[in-house]
Amino acid sequence: MAVTAMDVYRLLPKTNCAKCGEASCMAFATKLSEKEMDLELCTQLAADEFDKLADLLAPAVKEITIGKGDKAIIVGGDEVLYRYELTYYNQTPLVIDIADDMEDAAFEERVKIIEDTQFERTGELLTLDAIAIRNKSGDASKFKEAVEKLKKSKLALVLCSFDADAMKAALEVVGDERPLIYGATENNIEQMASLALEYDCPIALFVPNDLEKMKEFSRTLRAKGITDIILDPGTYVGDGIGDTLDDFVMIRRLAIEERDEDFRFPILGIPALTWLNSEEDEVNTAIKEATIAATLINKYADIMIIHGTEIWELIPVLTLRQSIFTDPRKPQAVDAGVYEFGELNEDSPVALTTNFALTYYTVEGDLKSGKANGYLLVLDTEGRAVDVAVAGGQFNGKAVADLIKETGIEDKVKTRKLVIPGLGAPTSGEIEDDTGWEVIVGPRDSSALSDFLKDKV
Amino acid sequence: MDKMTQLLKLLENTDTIELNEFRMDFDELELHLMPAIQQVVQQAQKQVQQAGIVKEAMLAEEFKPPIYDYPGEVAEVQLGAGTRKPVFLGGQKALYRFEEPQPNPPVVTFDVFDIPMPGLPRPIREHFEDVMEHPGDWAKKAVKDFGANMVTIHLIGTGPKVMDKTPRQAAEDIEEVLQAVDVPLVIGASGDPQKDPIVLEAAAAAAEDERCLLASANLDLDYRKVAKAAVDYNHAVLSWAITDINMQKTLNKYLMKEGLTQNDIVMDPTTCALGYGIEFSIDVITRTRLAALKGDTDLQMPMSSGTTNAWGSREAWMKKEEWGPTDYRGPIWEIVTGLTMMLCGVDIFMMLHPQSVKMLREIGETFTKEYMTTEVPDISNWVTELE
Repeated sequence: MAVTAMDVYRLLPKTNCAKCGEASCMAFATKLSEKEMDLELCTQLAADEFDKLADLLAPAVKEITIGKGDKAIIVGGDEVLYRYELTYYNQTPLVIDIADDMEDAAFEERVKIIEDTQFERTGELLTLDAIAIRNKSGDASKFKEAVEKLKKSKLALVLCSFDADAMKAALEVVGDERPLIYGATENNIEQMASLALEYDCPIALFVPNDLEKMKEFSRTLRAKGITDIILDPGTYVGDGIGDTLDDFVMIRRLAIEERDEDFRFPILGIPALTWLNSEEDEVNTAIKEATIAATLINKYADIMIIHGTEIWELIPVLTLRQSIFTDPRKPQAVDAGVYEFGELNEDSPVALTTNFALTYYTVEGDLKSGKANGYLLVLDTEGRAVDVAVAGGQFNGKAVADLIKETGIEDKVKTRKLVIPGLGAPTSGEIEDDTGWEVIVGPRDSSALSDFLKDKV
Repeated sequence: MDKMTQLLKLLENTDTIELNEFRMDFDELELHLMPAIQQVVQQAQKQVQQAGIVKEAMLAEEFKPPIYDYPGEVAEVQLGAGTRKPVFLGGQKALYRFEEPQPNPPVVTFDVFDIPMPGLPRPIREHFEDVMEHPGDWAKKAVKDFGANMVTIHLIGTGPKVMDKTPRQAAEDIEEVLQAVDVPLVIGASGDPQKDPIVLEAAAAAAEDERCLLASANLDLDYRKVAKAAVDYNHAVLSWAITDINMQKTLNKYLMKEGLTQNDIVMDPTTCALGYGIEFSIDVITRTRLAALKGDTDLQMPMSSGTTNAWGSREAWMKKEEWGPTDYRGPIWEIVTGLTMMLCGVDIFMMLHPQSVKMLREIGETFTKEYMTTEVPDISNWVTELE
């Protein structure tokens, strides 16, 4: 269970010295328990008290870093089973696989695609996070050569081989860059564990569909002093997805609710397995892979290896990840008010939208790409989209009248015409009554807004 | 939040503190604890701690699946009776299948319209172009060709600004669909709060004793009329609230006052599409299902998702070369939206694209199986075997 502010408060000095920036220790405890401040800010703690608190505040799922410096990605760190209870931390890195037996040109091409894939939404650039190099050839020197080629990549690495000799060869090249060693299995656990210790790298434990054994091997690794472990209970597609979900949920529940030390580690999902002996064509397999990725990201995958690189397959997965990892404690909203686009004068058109971040950024993007000239009034709907705000009553005549007054838009333009979103049409009469402006119902989707402002207003 | 409210909020869950074998109020502990008692308390705590360590060491040896007992359960709702093949929703007594497999697999209901719907995205239109003039043919194709468990007939044409069809015409459309297929129906109206209750009443009468799901009752329209139509003609009601668990509770209570029971209501907590607020739906739906299993009788009904909303997302339909073909984007957008809702506990899905329906059903059907009863392929050498 998540640590409460009271649990934390008991261990604080209770001096209310305010040096941390909070007025009282209780307030500091609240912020600590919600992970909004760092324990280091308290200067009054003795070393052992600090350790005790740090231990208490450690996340239920261990945070593990893969890669170093600019390439570093952080995996795990979750505290709760459901995001509404707090938030999920460290969004699931998407790792794309690459085989060590590819021709040079194809290899380079694939690396370039992985590095360059990006998709912009709500003012954020969504990208891929790491490369999983697979020892498909089964040959240690080939593996080493391929890893060598990835040294100059700007992304973190996951080294995939069950052959300890191949792994050792690869670690000789990139062992100081903290790649993830994938992986330890029943057959190689001793050698792989030694490599993880020798190179101080995180290690993934692959025990397909057997949590009892998974627990046993997790203990084996822990007993050797290995602390950075990632658990792969196997990803099954088709009918097996039910077992995979069960395994993922059980691991996470044991970590968070039972604080079972053997399971307090991030979980690795491999949607790429959709492509293993797939009988369907490439398009269907890619659609299915996105489906598996969405399933696992919903239920606790902390890191995933994906095979498909088509942008239409990745966009939904990137979008889902972005959505799930938003902080429910903060509304996804921009400031209400008036925003200006292009060249303006007193005859410029005036349009209206809501302050839901996605709505705003979508409209903003469309106005910019359409090279529109005009004012955009942004209504405070407490971060709700147009249709939701119309239904919920935040998008109403009086609110729009207040916004017109507050922004002083009547001093900026002579016109008294307001373009409202198509989805806001039901409120048009009410807005006219309350503002005295003429309301023009605009397009339902803002992709048509720029042209609409030019032609119809 | 001021300090007092903060403190009160913290104490909400801490009105008593339990210490081994005795209990005392929080105030008492802070103010009146005598030194002698304190010693006893500390000793008792130490013993507890030691016992705890030993217990942990023992437990750590074996793996025990984390299975919980839930005091509540989700009501089972039957849709389809009379000349329909019935479908059952809900009935869950646990959250996950390793605790107890779900008694009923998730159900998909195909969207069909009473008018040719010029606004439908092309990837969907092309599957139904030949049948869009007749809702009966459309429904038949959804069931015969695409294996729909159910059909949703949206009476969009009754909208005053659409075709302003009369309730009598709506009833005729319902009769046509009832004749064409033998699966249960969801009956949807146009979304006009004045007209919907009258349209639904006429449709309910036309489908008497066929146990349809009337969509929907909400707080913005005369829900009493909808509830009464369901009671009078033996149907179930879709109780629709907008991502607000308290609004949902209130509406359910009102509906039950009108004579409906838990077994006559399906909830729609609103599906916000992927990327367009899906996280709000995730939270509300998860909380609703957990509340049901914890025993809240006002929320123990199965849930529905208007998965079709996914097609409103521009990523699903907008032509944009750098995003790839909409033929693929659209179905994935709908699958991911529905799938996410399914994993939070939704029981019935209103959907549009044949491929989305197929994918969702495949995963949904595994929910009724027991843990570790499926034959899984050997993936132990995937690193070398993956092409």
